[in-house]
Amino acid sequence: MAGGSSSSSSSFSTAPAPSLVDSLFQRSLDDLIKALRSQPAGAEPSLLSRAVAEIRREIRSPDPDTKAVALQKLTYLSSLHGLDASWAAFHALELLPSPSPLHKRLAYVAASLSFHPSTTDVLPLSTHQLRKDLSPSSPPPFSSLALHLLSLSASPDLALHLAPDLLPLLSPRSSPSSPLRPKAAAAALRTLSVCPDVAPLLFKPLVDCLSSPDLRVVSAAVGAFAELASSGDPTPYLPLAPEFYRVLAESGSNWILIKLLKIFTRLAPLEPRLAARLVDPLCDLLRRSSAQSLVFECVRTVFSGLPDHDRAVRLAVDKVREFLASADDPNLRYLGLRALSMLGPRHSWAVEESREAVIRSLADPDPNIRREALHLIMVMVFDSNVVEISVLLVNYAMKSDPIFANELLDAVLTTCRRNVYELIVDFDWYVSLLGEMARNPHCTRGEEIERQIVDIGLRVRDARPELVRVARGLLIDPALLGNPFLCRILSAAAWVSGEYVEFSRNPLELVEALLQPRTSLLPPLVRAVYIQAVFKVLAFCFSTYIDQLEISQLSSSIVESNTAAAASCIADGIAGMESTDGIATGDKPASLFSSIENKDPFTCESLTKLLILIETAVGPLSENDEVEVHGRARNLLGLIHMLREILTWKTEEQGFIKDNRIGEIVNLLQSMFSEELGPVSVNAQNRVPVPEGLVLEENLADLAWTLTEDDTAPSMSISFSLRSHQHGKTKDAAASSVRSASLLAEHRKRHGLYYLPTEKDETESNDYPRANDPLLPASQGDVPEDLVKLTKQSLIPRKVKHTKPRPVVIKLDEGDGVSTFPSTTVKESKDDLLSGAIHDALLGEGKPSSSQKRYSDKSSRGRVKDIADTGESVSQSKENLESGNREHRSSGSKSKHRGHGKERHRSPQKNEEKEEKNHRNSARSSHHHERHKHRPRGEALLNVAPRAPVIQHFLL
Amino acid sequence: MIHFVILLSRQGKVRLTKWYSPYSQKERTKVIRELSGLILTRGPKLCNFVEWKGYKVVYRRYASLYFCMCIDADDNELEILEIIHHFVEILDRYFGSVCELDLIFNFHKAYYILDEILIAGEFQEPSKKTVARLIAAQDSLVETAQEQASSISNMIGQATK
Repeated sequence: MAGGSSSSSSSFSTAPAPSLVDSLFQRSLDDLIKALRSQPAGAEPSLLSRAVAEIRREIRSPDPDTKAVALQKLTYLSSLHGLDASWAAFHALELLPSPSPLHKRLAYVAASLSFHPSTTDVLPLSTHQLRKDLSPSSPPPFSSLALHLLSLSASPDLALHLAPDLLPLLSPRSSPSSPLRPKAAAAALRTLSVCPDVAPLLFKPLVDCLSSPDLRVVSAAVGAFAELASSGDPTPYLPLAPEFYRVLAESGSNWILIKLLKIFTRLAPLEPRLAARLVDPLCDLLRRSSAQSLVFECVRTVFSGLPDHDRAVRLAVDKVREFLASADDPNLRYLGLRALSMLGPRHSWAVEESREAVIRSLADPDPNIRREALHLIMVMVFDSNVVEISVLLVNYAMKSDPIFANELLDAVLTTCRRNVYELIVDFDWYVSLLGEMARNPHCTRGEEIERQIVDIGLRVRDARPELVRVARGLLIDPALLGNPFLCRILSAAAWVSGEYVEFSRNPLELVEALLQPRTSLLPPLVRAVYIQAVFKVLAFCFSTYIDQLEISQLSSSIVESNTAAAASCIADGIAGMESTDGIATGDKPASLFSSIENKDPFTCESLTKLLILIETAVGPLSENDEVEVHGRARNLLGLIHMLREILTWKTEEQGFIKDNRIGEIVNLLQSMFSEELGPVSVNAQNRVPVPEGLVLEENLADLAWTLTEDDTAPSMSISFSLRSHQHGKTKDAAASSVRSASLLAEHRKRHGLYYLPTEKDETESNDYPRANDPLLPASQGDVPEDLVKLTKQSLIPRKVKHTKPRPVVIKLDEGDGVSTFPSTTVKESKDDLLSGAIHDALLGEGKPSSSQKRYSDKSSRGRVKDIADTGESVSQSKENLESGNREHRSSGSKSKHRGHGKERHRSPQKNEEKEEKNHRNSARSSHHHERHKHRPRGEALLNVAPRAPVIQHFLL
Repeated sequence: MIHFVILLSRQGKVRLTKWYSPYSQKERTKVIRELSGLILTRGPKLCNFVEWKGYKVVYRRYASLYFCMCIDADDNELEILEIIHHFVEILDRYFGSVCELDLIFNFHKAYYILDEILIAGEFQEPSKKTVARLIAAQDSLVETAQEQASSISNMIGQATK
């Protein structure tokens, strides 16, 4: 240690050596605190850095008093002012062996605050001192300090080395009222959890603590087991259940009972008979205890441990209702809600009973209670009540404060989205609910609403008309445009209106809304979507107009009345518009087209006006800085330019028809947008089969030849991709120019292998399936998996009154709605090790647990050697464990690696199994032989135990 | 288990910290900052539990001091409230109607007392009397040692004169 001291102090050689003056005129902790308190605000950092410099000098003093005071000051600064004290770990270590209790105490406090199990590199140096202080010959206060330090900063190595030293402190032979035994139990818990390998050594003494007459010892042991059982797999502790049950029956201390109940919460689901035995004592406690903490723990145990025992559940639910009704104690209200959310959906009646209290909690002044109530309500949503609850919450969000309003919206959105909208039957309702949410002034959940609007548009064909109606409502409202949180929703609304324009009652009005002046407030990407939507609407208007004219011409040749025929033959969407145009125009009386609409929606005149409107609004955008906006505006203007050329020649309708060019253009556009978009599975790319003859691994160098052959093609494709839609659409990549399309087609024919197909006509001849393939069967109506899904839905244990059939929701078989639960895998694996080790310690001959397997894999190399060692180590372990636990030779034999270096501490597991098999008979007999010791206490459970194959191995 | 204990003044000054799970100094500072933002802003008639990063923080205010303990999600909050109260009562008994200044100037004593109540994040001593007795025994042990030391040093000092 002296050597370490010199090397450590040399690292601070920049500071002047401590002088006698430092020791004589050292500031005490009180001086430092007073200085800190009296300094003016803002001077603290400089004062702190001066103090630290001072401490760095003083702490190197050879005088232990000076060093101790320096350490004390550093401890103060580090724990209350957050200064780093890790550099002083060594100095704390220097003071640990001090004979003075004052210094020792200071050193231990400093060490326990500054030591970190994984980053303190001088930690191994403390092993010797800790062992010395833990030894029974040192004064109890010293041992107590050492136990504290061990429990806080045990690294696996330290735990392994010092575990044997805990044994004397844990044994009942230490004086009966020693305060050290409970502390040793707690330290043993920490040692066990950082280093599962010591389980064979410490587990048995810990179990013995359960039968101590000293309540504090029992409490510490129960606490340790509660911690062990709740941090990992509780199965290994099941054999101890009789012992726990005995403590439950005998102990009157609430502290112990609460911890015991925590253990039983974990154990009861594993063993139905244990659960049955627990009902009576639990009901008793629930009825009689006046301590709310104990009552709450009982409720928790009943709800999560024995939900099948109706009597206990009933009683616990009554208690919870009392909690919820306590007007003056927010803690109880909060816990009542928490307790209810522990009950599964099977017991939704319990929530139903306290429904009023839960709903009222939504308005509680405490945000935590509100959140809990919301959580509880959302867990209890079924397809039968989703409408009612969602409407309630969305309406309530209007009235509540912004933060909670968004939490409410979030809850509704996530619940309804769950598993591809499995709760939603009436999509028309849900879509209009989304519209309402968007109108909530606090709404900041634009992205999620955007996602759902588009998603529903793609997946649910039947919801589209309503979706378009809702989108119209959002688009025509100029007030919404200024809200930055809503632009994402507006983007979705614009996209939906463009994509499903055939459901629009008034496309002309839609164009007006999309081009209103306030759209300049939108971010460029959203504007680009708006312009693209205008493009689609325009294409639709012209194609409808031409269809309409063609039909009317046909009919006019038969019936001489042109107008009547036109009226009768109007396409579906327009018919709808005519019947409802009263409403459509009523909303917006100033509409440019209101007069025209009345009779014939698309006249030449109205279309001309439309073109003028678009041209004036979009014209300036062709100079826009943003490429997306710029590109789309140009596209749109190009189309208008073409159309106008024709329109200016022939203003009367007959000419319109006769001009084939316009028909061609419109047909082309129509075919461009007629392909329906579907949801794309995230794994779609994987499903594309590799075509024959395509060598994926080969170098792309041979492409160079292709490129030199024809260098026009790449530039073409680039110009197309610029126009591609941001929603992942590829279909509008086909240009508005016929010429370029044919060039591209030719190019593809030559180098087809290097392209994924477009949705254009060559697709049929090509082998590639399309990315959105699943759409096709689904849209035809009868997909088995959709049916399966629907039937599954009806299995939800609630009566479902469907007023209308649920529309088909397109759901891809994989990748959709797959929620992964990031679990604490690292922690789990460690716990597995521990519970595996304890399993070994307890049962010995049981089946190898998972951790054991892992162990044995790891240790297979060292196995042969260990088998050779077996005989020696068994005898050694006997010596070690002579202090009072001879009865469990099988578990004791595993402690053989005690005192051996860490080089062997992982290896024994595998050979134990073997050993176990060899010695099974003898071990059994020794169990029987020693069993009498525990029998009287365990007798209460004897009728349970023989039937339990696991329990019989131990303690009975 | 209890992961840490923090005492905060109403102004956000730290009066005591004890960490039962390993946290680096940087993490400790961050935790304290986050929790003081979370807890000190809460009004008087709200519940004493705050959810924080999958844990629960149980706090209780005594005069100008907030006693906060962080526990696992499945631990018993009411039990922790009782532990806090227990701790405060023992402090009160030891210092004789404890106030914030007592803790500031005797911060080591507060640690010693806490160490008698909690070990390794587990509650260990339900008896206030026992804790008082243990602390008194330690104090007297330290005092006698001090007296001895000072008398020896006096003697040496006089001898060397």
